[in-house]
Amino acid sequence: MLLSECRVGTKGRVTDMQMKASYRNRVLDLGLTPGTEIEVVRKALLGDPIVIRFRGYQMGFRRSDVKGIQIETGN
Amino acid sequence: MTQTIALVGNPNAGKTSLFNILTGTRQYVGNWAGVTVERKEGWVKGDKKWKMVDLPGIYSLSAQTLEEKIALSFILGDEPDVLLNIIDASNLERNLYFTVQLLETGLPAIVSLNMIDVAEGRGLTIDKDYLEKALGVPVVPMVARKGKGKSTLLKRFDNGARRASLKISYPDNIEQGLASLLPLLNEAGWTSTIDTRWLALMWLEGNESVSTMVNEKTERTILEKMNEIRKAIPSADNQIRQARYEWVERILSESVSKEREESKTWSDRVDSVLLHPLLGLPLFFMFMYLIFQITFSWVGMAGSDLLDGWLSGPISEGIQKALVVMDSPAWFTRLMIEGVVAGMGAVLVFVPQIAILFLCLSFLEDSGYMSRAAVLMDRFLRGIGLNGKAFIPLVLGFGCNVPAIMATRTLEDEKSRLLTALISPFMSCSARLSVYALFVSAFFSAWQAEIVFLLYVFGILMAILTAFILNRFIDTEDELFVMELPPYRTPMVVSLLLHTWDKSKGFVKKAGTIIFGMSVLLWFLGQYSWQGAVPMEDSFLASIGGWVAPVFAPMGFDTWQSGVALITGFLAKEVVVATMGVAYGAGTSVGTLASLLPNTFTPAAAISFLFFVLLYTPCVSTVMVLKKETGSWKWMTFSIVYSFVLAWIVAWIVYVIASWVL
Repeated sequence: MLLSECRVGTKGRVTDMQMKASYRNRVLDLGLTPGTEIEVVRKALLGDPIVIRFRGYQMGFRRSDVKGIQIETGN
Repeated sequence: MTQTIALVGNPNAGKTSLFNILTGTRQYVGNWAGVTVERKEGWVKGDKKWKMVDLPGIYSLSAQTLEEKIALSFILGDEPDVLLNIIDASNLERNLYFTVQLLETGLPAIVSLNMIDVAEGRGLTIDKDYLEKALGVPVVPMVARKGKGKSTLLKRFDNGARRASLKISYPDNIEQGLASLLPLLNEAGWTSTIDTRWLALMWLEGNESVSTMVNEKTERTILEKMNEIRKAIPSADNQIRQARYEWVERILSESVSKEREESKTWSDRVDSVLLHPLLGLPLFFMFMYLIFQITFSWVGMAGSDLLDGWLSGPISEGIQKALVVMDSPAWFTRLMIEGVVAGMGAVLVFVPQIAILFLCLSFLEDSGYMSRAAVLMDRFLRGIGLNGKAFIPLVLGFGCNVPAIMATRTLEDEKSRLLTALISPFMSCSARLSVYALFVSAFFSAWQAEIVFLLYVFGILMAILTAFILNRFIDTEDELFVMELPPYRTPMVVSLLLHTWDKSKGFVKKAGTIIFGMSVLLWFLGQYSWQGAVPMEDSFLASIGGWVAPVFAPMGFDTWQSGVALITGFLAKEVVVATMGVAYGAGTSVGTLASLLPNTFTPAAAISFLFFVLLYTPCVSTVMVLKKETGSWKWMTFSIVYSFVLAWIVAWIVYVIASWVL
């Protein structure tokens, strides 16, 4: 499922990243690489920005910026 | 010989704390050449041969953001003697990714493993020796906030850092690419101390700064071959990044053990309230209101009143007596008391309020709440072409517009940067506060905090309106928005005080220079005309003020006193009150000045005057920094003209409404 559509509390693993190269490189630099485990920690009012925990820290992203990231959840 | 240490690390890794404990007060703040990102330098305490340069906090050397470009060009161009890489022990994966990039440069390096206490508190045990062996450079465990580990670190400097030789293995196709690039780079004659393998990696990644540098210094034929190699591995940028993270994961799985599974942290629990989808914003506005109350009613105002009492009482009497004893001529005594003491005093009384405001803002910043505020505000700021981070420079604007505009450099995209810089002057700076404080105490004593709050909110509304309109005319490419939420921390009292002192000092300095000069000049202009010494209403001052006053006739404050005050306010907004002090001949007391104002202002004119002061042309320093930041005379001129016209229209509307209501 798409990261931007995940509910708060969703845990999963990054499977695919479809975004423009400059965005993808920055996101990769931050450690959001394919296979990384993530958790959607919270969302601001109106569901945006979205705060994600990965590699032991929390980062806020805009929903539209990370909509190309696919997540595979446990079930 | 002087050796240079470059302090590098991720944002929130504790760079500022480390820089402060190492350099103490021996630091100098300047700018990076060509840009207004702050450049801090200092001498390491104890031994004078170590110069320390604080590079901007960044996540990587990818040269995508301005900060990354600055840091990279310093490392490439200046080749510091030591890279001091500070990493957050409680957030090792991402911090070490950056460390890998740094160590691959082959420059001498030392790693400061900071916040070891936080990591231990979370049940993490870090095998420092293993880490040291894997990285190939000294690792010094530290708690920079408390100064722990400092002596060990200093010893490391003295022992001399050794060159890093970290070499991680990349996927085969990357290694093949590197293998064919290395001879080409050697052929091109690269003889820098920076590792050629690192250059080759950066070339494959498509790193902008490295590519530019290589393009400049390499022969066409070699360059063509290098380009071909790069083109043959289009996914190199992804693969290299992933390989680095995989290497870090492997090292950490060997060197870090976790005692217990992390449950919800204290910080998470605080966030579930402060970042609550519904409660978050009301709480945020409540905090802002509290800061205003503390600054302007509860604490700051009391301090200002106390100071005013001293200045107008014992201090000016003391100076007067001293001058009489020294047999000073009468005119000089009057210049000192009515000009200098009155003018500077009128400004200095606001120091307590400004100090309290900065203390509150530093508290929010150091506690980690500011980044939460950016997340809360992003959705709303986006609508006007800004992002959540623009919020921080804008809040700084409440202190002073100059650092606010300078802070817009933390925004990654150009459009946000330009828009934020242009609307910052509508954030009511602390200098303007002195005018509000004077007028509300003179006219609206029952509603002081409320009226000041209203002015601040109105300034914000005008900023939003301006951004909303300009957004339609500026078109640039969007950039990725990232906002890290570090765990909440209790701010260190020392660091809060240092920061507050730093900012208040700037204000006092201004009082000592611009305002001193202006006070003397104004006093002379107010005492003389072509006919010699005359009463003030016939002086040069009165005629200058009278000449501009008709512009303000529709708003009911077309007196020469307000005319002069507004002109001098262009030099610095805090001079408005000082000018009025001199123009009304109020002597040294702000209290006296307040009692004289109702003679020339109706309450409607007074409130209209406040709105005009809020919005009209920013001060000279702000205008100059705006020119520097936007790099354009056009935007600077726009700002001057636009704010004046807007102020005039708003003040007129306010006057019409207020005359009807009051």
